[in-house]
Amino acid sequence: MTSHTHADPWWPYGGRGHRDPQPGHPALVIEHLTIHYQGASHDALTGVSLQVAIGERVALVGPNGAGKSTILKTVAGLLRPDRGDLRLFGNRVGACHHRTAYLPQRSDLDWGFPMTAAELVMTGRYVHLGWLKRPRAHDWEIVQGSLRRLGLADLGQRQIGDLSGGQQQRVLLARALVQEASLFLLDEPLNAVDEATRDVVDEVLAEEAARGGSVLAATHDLGRLTESFDRAIYLREGRVEATEFLAAGAQPLLPADAARAN
Amino acid sequence: MHWFLDPLQYGFMRQALLASILIGATCSLLGVYVVLRRMAFMGDAVAHTTLPGLVVAYLNHWNLFLGAVVAAVATAIGIGWLSRRQKIREDTAIGVLFSGMFSLGIVLISRVKSYRDFSHMLFGNILGVTTGDLIGIIVVSILVAGTLWLFHKELTLTTVDPWHGQVIGLSADAIRYLLLVLLALAVVTGIQAVGVALTTALLVTPAATASLVTRRLGRMLWLSVLFSTMSSVIGLYASYYLSISSGGAIVLACTLIFGIVFVVGNCRTAVWNRMRSTSNS
Repeated sequence: MTSHTHADPWWPYGGRGHRDPQPGHPALVIEHLTIHYQGASHDALTGVSLQVAIGERVALVGPNGAGKSTILKTVAGLLRPDRGDLRLFGNRVGACHHRTAYLPQRSDLDWGFPMTAAELVMTGRYVHLGWLKRPRAHDWEIVQGSLRRLGLADLGQRQIGDLSGGQQQRVLLARALVQEASLFLLDEPLNAVDEATRDVVDEVLAEEAARGGSVLAATHDLGRLTESFDRAIYLREGRVEATEFLAAGAQPLLPADAARAN
Repeated sequence: MHWFLDPLQYGFMRQALLASILIGATCSLLGVYVVLRRMAFMGDAVAHTTLPGLVVAYLNHWNLFLGAVVAAVATAIGIGWLSRRQKIREDTAIGVLFSGMFSLGIVLISRVKSYRDFSHMLFGNILGVTTGDLIGIIVVSILVAGTLWLFHKELTLTTVDPWHGQVIGLSADAIRYLLLVLLALAVVTGIQAVGVALTTALLVTPAATASLVTRRLGRMLWLSVLFSTMSSVIGLYASYYLSISSGGAIVLACTLIFGIVFVVGNCRTAVWNRMRSTSNS
């Protein structure tokens, strides 16, 4: 049996080992992905296959335990697949990790740490800085620009612990932007945040998609599926149940199970 | 002024003052990261587990410093390795290794006839610091402070958001081991000042005091060093004039400063709240 632990990064941090996207490949291809958590009675994911095209925004929809977060974590390189294949822009996971931005659930961060919003956003530049290099004026300008874009220009010097939930979520998205990522992995980005934050997050993700960025997001918020995403993938018990293209303005057709879970 | 200069005419007092300030500064600097990462218990464990290393080195006439470093690093890595398997929680792993190693030290001591030399290990002997010890302390201080300065960026990121670190290829485990090795080095110098039993105080108390005053990391670091330096000076002078244990006096001074800052902070908040409520009504 395969022992399953958190994947340890084996690729170098900070620029070396990067590969350019392979021309003609989608942003993400997952084939027959199976993940088993150590000690669990059944697989967290069983033979999941999916694709995210360049410039596409895809929602992962499903009840708790359906495997949404597990998919995101595996694509981010935090979990090692037991079986199956993953390609990001035609490369293996980690070959171009600066292109992948992972926004964890808010509760995964230590918000009590003494740090300002701008400093947390700056950690998105670290992948470009690498060991020993300090942020320069140019990096701070990028951070300021990103804060402005998310409506946080005045909050840059505020302690991260003093921000509201919605502001914290926007700070995490601002960090993904300064990373200059082209694939955004978001775990419940709109969970328990204010309306203003939802609008800003939607707007920024739409702009990024228009520029060729791709989005894969776990979400509970079925009400905004059509306006926020191009396609929805419904998951249940670690398997893909249905896929649906969402034309703007049309109401999504929900499989009964996904609807009941929400 | 002569009350201040009097003790300094003795070479051992000058060396003790320099050593305790350096040790205090190193421990308190590292202590800020230890407190923010909630690793205070780990610091205590590493301090206690140096005992068998010290005893074995003493019995074989090896270098005590090296004996302690080897034991501390081995424990730090052992705890990291045990809890990494995720079958055992970290605090449990610490509890098991810490008490086991400390007991090993006690058993080894009990095989020796004279206990006198070991009281220095348990309670420190800053007044007996030799020039050789001082050089060791300076080297460790530079090493710890330099490493913290070089890896500040990675240390803060893996504390606030280890996931992001992993995603960009920065191993949270590697940074953790680095911190544990630094912790082992700092603890071993701390033992010379205040002993195995009290070293945690040098790590935790000044940093905790600083965290009461400010919520900026930069300020927290230098305030922590300031508080520990004050404690070293106050403690050593108190030990000189009152003929009390120097290690105990230094740690008591740390605790006293923490108490004062805590009470003053609370009073200020109370006054502030009162002023606000009267101006609102």
